[in-house]
Order: sequence, then structure tokens, then C-alpha cells
Amino acid sequence: MLIQTAVFYFFAGILVLSALAMITVRNPVHAVLFLVLAFFTSAAIWLLLEAEFLGITLVLVYVGAVMVLFLFVVMMLDINLAKMRAGFARHLPVGLVVGAVMAAEMIVILNTPAFDLARPRLKAADYSNTRELGELLFTEYVYPFEIAGVILLVAIVAAITLTLRKRVRTRSQSPARQVNVDRKDRVRLVSMDSE
Amino acid sequence: MITLTHFLALGAILFSLGVAGIFLNRKNVILLLMAIELMLLAVNMNFVAFSHYLDDLAGQVFVFFILTVSAAEAAIGLAILVVLYRVRQTINVQDLESLKG
Repeated sequence: MLIQTAVFYFFAGILVLSALAMITVRNPVHAVLFLVLAFFTSAAIWLLLEAEFLGITLVLVYVGAVMVLFLFVVMMLDINLAKMRAGFARHLPVGLVVGAVMAAEMIVILNTPAFDLARPRLKAADYSNTRELGELLFTEYVYPFEIAGVILLVAIVAAITLTLRKRVRTRSQSPARQVNVDRKDRVRLVSMDSE
Repeated sequence: MITLTHFLALGAILFSLGVAGIFLNRKNVILLLMAIELMLLAVNMNFVAFSHYLDDLAGQVFVFFILTVSAAEAAIGLAILVVLYRVRQTINVQDLESLKG
């Protein structure tokens, strides 16, 4: 129990510090890297909560795909950092005060005994979180699961159509025209007198 | 002894940091998107904590769907950002005023 508490405070400290660093650092690339650290650390906290599948999914999907996408975009765009940072010092007190007040309010409410649940007994060693989650997903939640697939498909199509750029001068084949070509378009028989 | 309150407080702090991030970096669209990701992470943290303490896997299924939707949202948002930069050569929120709303 003591070890779990120590692990929780260790990872929670890293998580809060990296989130704080993410919103305050000057360089956007560093901000993305701090967000990666935050995701990674919260995956560790989810492992502590026996959500193994989601913890690994967070690392694979978020750190592996989404944050790399962010990193690509940040590095691709040429951003004027000085102009972006203008007004940071002016908004700093307001942002910190609003954040601190929100956090304090929520913590005061969460401190009521209603949320003071004791930790449930840990599952047996051969309990498989992935198996249980999979059984739920493919039986009770199968329609939402398929809708999630459709949402991802729509996202792929939308992202590609938004960013696809037709180049003007490239030469490419048009398979439809090649297939649809007819003999009479290509061959012309001429009847002419022999000489 | 860690109770549910610890995890919920952690989620609350993360969410507030996300809100503060939106206040602080209100010019840079990429950082706004990243602050939204941070807030989503806080919400997911609450779901996972409740799922563990109430011993109900439905919370984890919900986190799964939130992850799916927010991945789609990030992809489309970044695509819009790239197109925006291509057209306007800027991603400063203050420069995006052509709608005059």
C-alpha cells in the first residue's frame, strides 16, 4: 500500500510539472515534448488503476501517432515565435488565477466524503483487463464500436481532402481514359488508290 | 492509502492547467489544440479512476471512445491548420479576422 502511494505521488508530480511546463515553455516543439511526457506519465497512473489496455493504448495511439502528428505540424510551419509570445506576460496573472481558482473549487467539492471510496481489492494475477474490455466491446458496445470506426474513416477522408494539393504541371496516367479507349479512336483506315 | 479523491484531484488540476494554457497561449492555434488534449486527458483520468473504484468496466469503454474521437479531432484540426497556414501564411489567432464576427 505504501509503495502504491509513493508511486502515485511520484507520477502525479511528474504529470503536473510536465503539464505546467507545456503551457509555459517558449518553444512549441518543447511544449509538444512535455505533452508527450504528460501522456506517458498518465499511462503509468492508469496502469496503477488496473487499466492496462488503455494505458498501453494511450502510449501507442497518443504518443505514437497523435503527438508525432503535432510534432510534424509544429516543425513544418514557420512560426514567428516572438509575435506569438506577445501578451504572454499580460495574460499570465489572469490565466494562473482562473486556473488556481478552478482547481481549488473542484478539489474542495471532491473532498466530500461521498468520493472517499476505499480502494477496491486488487484483481487476481491472471485477470486480463484486455480480455474483459474486448468482451464488452464486441458484445454490448458493438454498435458504438463500429460508429467509432466510421468516425475514424471520416477523419481520414476529411484530413486527406483538406490537405491534398493538385499539382498543375505533373504528368500522370489516367487509368479511366486508358480503359475506355476504343479502337476507332486510335486507328483510322484510309482507302486510297495504289500508286 | 490513496482514495478516489486523489485521482479526481489530479484530474481537476490537469483540467485547470489546460484552461490556464488556453488563457496563456491564446495566439498560437497549435498550443490551443494541445491544451484541449490536456483537458481531454484530465477527463479520461476521471473516467478511469471511477471505473476502477466502482469496479465497472463501462468507464474504460467510454475512455476508449473518447480517445478515438479526440484522435479524429486532432487529425482534422491539424489538417485545417495546415490549409490555413498555406492560405494565410500565419496561424496567429489575432490575424484570423476576415469573418468580422
